[in-house]
Amino acid sequence: MRGLELNRSASRALRAASQAHRRSPVTLTPRSFATAALSQRHTPTPRSLAPQTRHASSSSPSAPLSKTPLHDLHLSHGAKLVPFGGFAMPVQYPSKSIRDSHIFTRTHASIFDVSHMVQRLFVGPGAPSFLQLLTPSDLTSLPPHKSTLSTLLSPSGSGGIVDDTVITRLPDRGASNIPVFYVVTNAGCREKDDAYFASELSKWSGPEVKQEQLTSHALIALQGPDSARILESALSPHHPKPDLSQLYFGSSLYARLSAAREPVLVSRGGYTGEDGFEISIPDSPVAVTEALLKLGGEDIDLAGLGARDSLRLEAGMCLYGHDLDETTTPVEAGLSWIIPKSRRGADAGYYGAEVIAAQLVPKTKGGKGVERRRVGLVVEGAPAREGAEILGGENGEKVGVVTSGCPSPTLGKNIAMGYVADGFHKAGTEVDVLVRGKKRRAVVSKMPFVPSRYHKGAA
Amino acid sequence: MASIARCLRAARPALPTLARSSVPQPISRLSTIRAFSASTIRPVRKYTKDHEWVDLSADNKTGVIGISEYAAEALGDVVYVELPEKGKAVKAGDAIGAVESVKSAADINAPISCKITDVNFLLEEKPATINQVPEDDSHGGGWIAKVTVDEQGVKDLEALMDVEEYKTFTAGEDAEH
Repeated sequence: MRGLELNRSASRALRAASQAHRRSPVTLTPRSFATAALSQRHTPTPRSLAPQTRHASSSSPSAPLSKTPLHDLHLSHGAKLVPFGGFAMPVQYPSKSIRDSHIFTRTHASIFDVSHMVQRLFVGPGAPSFLQLLTPSDLTSLPPHKSTLSTLLSPSGSGGIVDDTVITRLPDRGASNIPVFYVVTNAGCREKDDAYFASELSKWSGPEVKQEQLTSHALIALQGPDSARILESALSPHHPKPDLSQLYFGSSLYARLSAAREPVLVSRGGYTGEDGFEISIPDSPVAVTEALLKLGGEDIDLAGLGARDSLRLEAGMCLYGHDLDETTTPVEAGLSWIIPKSRRGADAGYYGAEVIAAQLVPKTKGGKGVERRRVGLVVEGAPAREGAEILGGENGEKVGVVTSGCPSPTLGKNIAMGYVADGFHKAGTEVDVLVRGKKRRAVVSKMPFVPSRYHKGAA
Repeated sequence: MASIARCLRAARPALPTLARSSVPQPISRLSTIRAFSASTIRPVRKYTKDHEWVDLSADNKTGVIGISEYAAEALGDVVYVELPEKGKAVKAGDAIGAVESVKSAADINAPISCKITDVNFLLEEKPATINQVPEDDSHGGGWIAKVTVDEQGVKDLEALMDVEEYKTFTAGEDAEH
């Protein structure tokens, strides 16, 4: 059973996810061999990688895997750990299979440790203009405690995505109202992003901006329909309680939890398509997590990277290194919606603005448009995984490639996303996907595959 | 569910084993060492490093192929099984099918040279059977394919592990990770 040398899939995924970030293998808990594969999507095609290739599952030969602030909690809950983004990360816990954990998140609530992600602050009068050079977002008009999905763009001007990120404007600092932005980037891109920001900061000649990394802060995601009720119960009674019902998707606030000394930053949103929160915790992250687990009782459980991946795929969200990379622009990736009207011109001043502005006008409207687009697929029979070729047209020529795919636990269908040539991107277009050399029928489908259930205001 | 299945599995092997044991068993090089021990009456199950198992009948002419419990547990909830092609002749190591869970796809490779004579269509309808009774070669079990075997196939068997060796092998794999 090739593929069961699951190391391989871990290695492949990790290579993709952390090209610039290689560290050495560590001994993980028993059976992690199995879950290594489970945690990652992998291509169905290669047959030749022997078990000893697992070295690539991590990185440079010297540094061991890092541990998140919740490492001991994972161990005490029996997590299966796998290397991911340079960290030993839980892929699954013994209480539930990945499928059950996935469904539990959609029906109750799950806590994911996402402390491996990089939490950065950009502080200074130049922070808005600096970040507006790197991203197509409008940050000068982003109000405090509001977030936006964004992309770090290549300084080459190609429009290629260096990483995807969520940027939150925090309240200004001090009497002189110094702008502060909280920028969360991918773990797998840590070293690449570090180098990117360092280089950009050194080139920057505008008003002052400094970067700080919140290395000691844990980050957990509380996701699922029971999240708000459980978080509500964890708020400290000794401080004014924020009204979570007024905290909408894409907004954040500082809150006091009974289990932590310092305020935590609570952002409403996540990576599952469900209502939920991401909570940045400066101190006592284990106590906070254990408190949430206790308060939630039967309605909450820990969940790992395995469920996180299938949940985000159902929600139609991209995973950098798979669905996004530096050869892909936001328009090709179907992320044009992250670019506000104010920044759609060729003169918007961010890296790649000329390329991206031209792509934003579709061919049907006389513009340049794009040659390929990210689409959703529903595949019959075998699940299509990353790397599977998409065939279309009368002659069944290759028109694209799958970048993520799995059987959807919610829908009971095989879902995938991938890139197809312009013209094959419309919902309902019938194509074939090659899985193990056989054609499987597939239909281009709108995403998200499972409707999102965010907590949004009436307006 | 799984635990029920596990209980059943313990009881089940009796049926096929008894049926086979009534056939006079030629003394093969595989069984000579264990002559007169209880295990000689059942086919000797052998395992590959890729986590398939194969049972060879007493006459060395036919066999059954499946994936190991260790593999089934590693995969997690199996949602799709791609069965081998009936009638196909394959060599040891050839990919003959696949098992898919939410997170991963694993190829099933032929443990030995053989010709596929029958496949377990139950797995198309109930792929989870693989999780419940992966090493059950009876009706309702999680076996993958039935095969006929020629001399090469019997020879290929020598390279495979018996259950004890396989246990040691998987324990080693766990320890390495």
